[in-house]
Amino acid sequence: MSAGGIFTGALRREFKLLLQSTEELANPLIFLFLALTLFALGGGGSPDTLSAFAPAIIWVLVLLANLLALEGLFRRDYDEGSLELLVLLAEPLFLPLLAKIFVHWLYSGLAMTLLAPLAALILFLPAQVLPTLMLTLLVGTPALSLIGAIGAALTVSLRRGGVLLALLVLPLYVPVLIFGAGAVTEQMAGIENMAQIYWLLVITMVALTVAPFLVAAALRISLEQ
Amino acid sequence: MTQTLLKIADVTCAREGRTLFSRLNFEVAAGDCVELTGPNGSGKSTLLRCVTGLFADYEGAIEAAPSLYLGHKPGVSALLTPREQLRWYASLTAAVRDPLAVLEQVGLVGYEDVRCQHMSAGQQRRVALARLILCDKPLWLLDEPFTALDDSGQDLVRSLLTSHLASGGGAVCATHHTLGLAGTRSLLLGRAI
Repeated sequence: MSAGGIFTGALRREFKLLLQSTEELANPLIFLFLALTLFALGGGGSPDTLSAFAPAIIWVLVLLANLLALEGLFRRDYDEGSLELLVLLAEPLFLPLLAKIFVHWLYSGLAMTLLAPLAALILFLPAQVLPTLMLTLLVGTPALSLIGAIGAALTVSLRRGGVLLALLVLPLYVPVLIFGAGAVTEQMAGIENMAQIYWLLVITMVALTVAPFLVAAALRISLEQ
Repeated sequence: MTQTLLKIADVTCAREGRTLFSRLNFEVAAGDCVELTGPNGSGKSTLLRCVTGLFADYEGAIEAAPSLYLGHKPGVSALLTPREQLRWYASLTAAVRDPLAVLEQVGLVGYEDVRCQHMSAGQQRRVALARLILCDKPLWLLDEPFTALDDSGQDLVRSLLTSHLASGGGAVCATHHTLGLAGTRSLLLGRAI
């Protein structure tokens, strides 16, 4: 089968699965906005304090919401045996995995990027830094899905892999958090911040080239049980 | 001379410190069907997974023709319909038959667009069986092919196997029930206690 056929076939399957499991689509976003609201309520409604920390809060919650969506990335396919089939039949294996990660990013990273104005509103983030926030999210969140998929692939065969997944993946998210939140904070302070955004882009590009192969290797390890 | 589809030479496999089988030797030629029997935990499934390549922790050499594996887990997504399911299989391997004709052959007419979660376990197994005839792989590796199937489903497995063997394919089946096919060789794994 042609490589393109494998990719589009996998993409079609992922979209069909996604339309059938809308809770998977909504849960990370609901978590994100619930947690944002908790911060707004806990912050005592003081716009100055909240807006000073808003970039960090939004980025940290995006990381956590992303992690929440990761748990289910391979879980169902693993339980049902489709993952075995994929590993045995797909040649090259990284293409359908890339399709899977891409769809994961659509309903986590991209959805959060598009809803960022709402998050900014809740935390009193000044409107003029909103484009920077959205740009950093757009450029940085693909790296989260790609890096996270490695952890999800490694922990898929463990019954309660959720905590381990967080312990594995969160440290790897640190550079994305630093550059992402840093760029927005510096924009608020009026400091030149393009370097941070370029760094986010670098991380995403490196993750895009390396992660699919690591995910494939991790899945092979997980299936050898 | 018939073509050898699977050659297992001196294969030894141990899991959790227990030797499942040691220095196992057998061959499957075109038209051959080997039935793996043995008590639970004797390594039938593990041997099949060794052949697929999913399990690589063994000693010895395994040479296998392109194979199709039907494991314990059927590989059928609860959220997809049989039609979508087969389309996905077809995108992974070179499908040689029309998915709808294949579904008719496994007795799922009228269920093409029903989500697999609304089907019985036996019907889901039939979707998995459809995978066998969707493409032409010379070697079939079936792990308990009769699981959850009714009498007509078991007959279906036998007739699929018969025509596969007649067309020059080979098969290895791990099973507790005898396949009931003429010319099947039996291989007992583990020590029956």
